[in-house]
Amino acid sequence: MRIPCPYCGERDVHEFVYRGDAAPVRPTSDEGFYDYVYLRDNFAGAMREHWYHAQGCRNWIMVTRDTRTHRISNAMLAREAAR
Amino acid sequence: MARFSILSLARNALSGHRQWQRTWRDANPREAYDVVIVGGGGHGLATAYYLAKVHGIANVAVIEKGWIGGGNAGRNTTIIRSNYGLDGNTPFYEWSMKLWEGLEQDLNYNAMISQRGVLNLYHSDGQRDAFARRGNAMRLHGVDADLLDRAAVRKLATFLNYDHARFPIMGGLLQRRGGTARHDAVVWGYARGASDRGVDIIQNCELTGFIRDTRGAIVGVETTRGNIRAKKVGVAVAGHSSRVADMAGLRLPIESHALQAFVSEGLKPLIPGVITFGAGHFYISQSDKGGLVFGGDIDGYNSYASRGNLPTVEDVCEGGMALMPMIGRARLLRSWGGIADMTMDGSPIIDRAPLDGLYLNAGWCYGGFKATPASGWAFAHLLATDQPHQTAAAFRLDRFATGHLIDEKGQGAQPNLH
Repeated sequence: MRIPCPYCGERDVHEFVYRGDAAPVRPTSDEGFYDYVYLRDNFAGAMREHWYHAQGCRNWIMVTRDTRTHRISNAMLAREAAR
Repeated sequence: MARFSILSLARNALSGHRQWQRTWRDANPREAYDVVIVGGGGHGLATAYYLAKVHGIANVAVIEKGWIGGGNAGRNTTIIRSNYGLDGNTPFYEWSMKLWEGLEQDLNYNAMISQRGVLNLYHSDGQRDAFARRGNAMRLHGVDADLLDRAAVRKLATFLNYDHARFPIMGGLLQRRGGTARHDAVVWGYARGASDRGVDIIQNCELTGFIRDTRGAIVGVETTRGNIRAKKVGVAVAGHSSRVADMAGLRLPIESHALQAFVSEGLKPLIPGVITFGAGHFYISQSDKGGLVFGGDIDGYNSYASRGNLPTVEDVCEGGMALMPMIGRARLLRSWGGIADMTMDGSPIIDRAPLDGLYLNAGWCYGGFKATPASGWAFAHLLATDQPHQTAAAFRLDRFATGHLIDEKGQGAQPNLH
């Protein structure tokens, strides 16, 4: 699997560190922390997820990847995705 | 069901092996059962077997979307052991080991259980101390454990790379009762035992939804072979637990990850038992056919594809080369992937779902095979009595909310690190 890093171009997956599903957002109060830390949709299909290009540009990247096929349809810098 | 014995073997040999009975009945679904178990793998079939045998509940169906044992039961590396160090885990896995030890007589079926020992190697003072602590915890629970020094390990396995520049072998923690079992035979043996006691095993029957009553309780399943009503529904679907839970409107503390396994060409007897590398993640045993069966880490990202990627293949093989350089001369015959339901603390869940009528057996991560007998035993107990079995009482679904985690590896809520 190769990830198209928006900064470095297509790079081998072993340069990246996986963070997981991009959907959970850190809650502002204690309520919702259990959901945020532990519960996952564990989606079968196209899923938006965070990867860190640790052995490259060190950017956080938001990748859209199909968990059934490993096909990547989109990758963008996480800070741009957050806007 | 005719019993297997030396006489039946002789009789069938003389009749050209054409008179053997089918091992179990391939049933069609009936309208209703006391219990429907979703998932015809080792855990589901063991649950059905113990429901019928221990609790006298034989009006049970096991539904399986493919063929029995075609999922993770046929994809694991067949290791059995009970070398766990945490209170919630040790008694459960030891109960499983005890059931393994009596399984073949109980089932009247040869599961090729081979207690050749599981040896975890240590490579530093700190790791030795951690292993000593785990070994002591095991012995306090009545589990066998021996802490070996380097000379004792060398007697067991002369071929290891003892003087690796970075990770010299200093010794190991040995559980002599650990070993391997024939994974397919375990499935077939449980299927035979369950079927013989009246359980319907229904293949090519995929779950598509749940039937609810007016209160929202689950009273049956919708499948590709029609609706089946049930007083209780037990789910034992390994890597697809989250998908099934989603049909009931539940989210689980689980991520699905791919775990790869490898087998070499057949070789003469070489590896005495199961050996694990302590400085990387690599474990190896030798099958009865002679193939070296080995594996390592999960791939590390969510996946429902039953195949892995090359960086993990490289990492596993590097671990093997560091531990036993001779492995480089063997050719890799096959590699494959299975989908593991990784929980947030690396330990399983055997509990009632927060919905009446639904029971969960999930989150076995990459270690479900060894747990098969006790998982079935405990899940059957839960389904029959609505109370957790004493050895599995810690495997609660709500432990993530209450903070009673069982994090054997101490990694925190990161499934890809367990």
